[in-house]
Amino acid sequence: MSILIFADQAHGKIKKAALEAVQYGSKVAAQLGTTATALVLGPADNAELAALGNYGAAKVLHVADARLQEVESTVYTKIIAEAADKEGAAVIVFPHNFDGKAVAPRVAARLKAGLVAGAVSYPDTANGFVVKKTVFSGKAFANINITSDRKVISLTPNTFPAVAGSGTAAVETFAPAINDADFKVKVIRTETVSGDIPLTEAEIIVSGGRGLKGPENWGILEDLAKALGAATASSRPVADAGWRPHHEHVGQTGLTVRPNLYVAIGISGAIQHLAGVNGSKVIVVINKDPEAPFFKAADYGIVGDAFEVVPKLTAAVKEFKGR
Amino acid sequence: MKILVCISKTPDTTAKIAFTDNNTKFNEAGVQFIINPYDEWYALVRALELKETVGADVHLITVGGADCDAIIRKALALGGDEAFRINADSADSYYIAAQIAAHAKEKQYDIIFTGKETIDYNGSGIGGMVAELLDLPYVSIAAKFELNGTVATINREIEGGEEICEVSLPVVVSCQKGMAEARIPNMRGIMAARTKPLAVVEPVAADTLTSVASFELPPAKAGVKLINPDDVAELVKLLHEEAKVI
Repeated sequence: MSILIFADQAHGKIKKAALEAVQYGSKVAAQLGTTATALVLGPADNAELAALGNYGAAKVLHVADARLQEVESTVYTKIIAEAADKEGAAVIVFPHNFDGKAVAPRVAARLKAGLVAGAVSYPDTANGFVVKKTVFSGKAFANINITSDRKVISLTPNTFPAVAGSGTAAVETFAPAINDADFKVKVIRTETVSGDIPLTEAEIIVSGGRGLKGPENWGILEDLAKALGAATASSRPVADAGWRPHHEHVGQTGLTVRPNLYVAIGISGAIQHLAGVNGSKVIVVINKDPEAPFFKAADYGIVGDAFEVVPKLTAAVKEFKGR
Repeated sequence: MKILVCISKTPDTTAKIAFTDNNTKFNEAGVQFIINPYDEWYALVRALELKETVGADVHLITVGGADCDAIIRKALALGGDEAFRINADSADSYYIAAQIAAHAKEKQYDIIFTGKETIDYNGSGIGGMVAELLDLPYVSIAAKFELNGTVATINREIEGGEEICEVSLPVVVSCQKGMAEARIPNMRGIMAARTKPLAVVEPVAADTLTSVASFELPPAKAGVKLINPDDVAELVKLLHEEAKVI
């Protein structure tokens, strides 16, 4: 028996959410009295792979095939299932990011393994195999019992921050048979949003709503984000009005985020928006309306005009960072 | 061209979330149910747009009891041609996917659309599972879907950007914002929906691999600490010393 963790990479670098998954899988392995094996698909150098030992992996299986640079769910599923069989994996862990969402359900169906998508706890094995996940878009949690022999868990990013220890992982080349014909979905090109921190991986997010009055006013928000090293986001009305791109829309029908710090500027805090952000560790609300519902969900609040408060806050952050 | 759209019944986005029966059941009292927004706004409407531009039969499928009929009729009113309700109640995504796959295997669809996730269980698993059970290619979390003959060009979201992919039909696609513009049903559609076929089908045998042990609500916040707008340095200090997030 073992625990297998799918650790996704981009351009040879293991993603942050994947490091968290490796650490989580290693702890589950310790809990079940076994060891953790990380699986990396696509080119990555040996030092990057061996470093997964720092997060608890005892072994790293590496499929270096350059065709695996991008996620193709059919091919990835075949490889992960083969690795799971080879390792005798009882639990397969994925990061619940875009890659994990593309592949984990397929792997679960192939192995006929129960899936908990978006886990926020370690399994409780006192009475079955119960894992907590967010439901109702963050408004509640469900404790899900996986009743199948094999189990698939995808871990919500930023739930258990990865802390590097000092372990070593044995890197082993894994060479399953992959045919060109297996690649049914072909990536023509990739368009990245330049310079931005992916919202789902961001530790600090500065988000703006209609209170900013127009896209031309986003500069004050971007300055604060820059000072904090934060990603920028928006509420749904802002995205719908075309002030900001749709991929920045946070809320029930947009992205669900769980940063350490969420700063909401000029957002009233409709229930659908709160659903997307209430997993944040600390929420700061800046709004001129003291009755804005967002204050009820906030840890810290400033009742004031964003156009006055935000530049002052940016200056204060810069002064703090400059010390 | 035959398109299957998977739809799910979910509580309205403004519904109060509460539980009954010792926190094992969602409290449906006073809750209005809707078509899961991702299923309706993006999966269904994109299918309807394709029906209008290239011609397609749009079938709808849902797994659930008779209480789903209202949302199915709404989907038919929006322009779906024919609906299938698999008469079973389950929260396990594998069981649901197995029902959809069994139906789809018989009907041989060119495209199967799902929403990227439901807003109640947030499972995001049905599309991938259906694809695997049918051995079909799968593109997850798509923001754009264009068809050129039997080849689809699809934009799928990745960390910090998009991938533009190409795939030959048949394909399973999970849909999100960007796919289509939301519509509302018109009176003609609502009238027509009354007589459109809605078949109630008994489920095939399938395993249930997970079950809900209990629900819980997040702990209440301690209450907001208000800071004087003239003393923002105090906020920075609190975020550093008390909250320890900067």
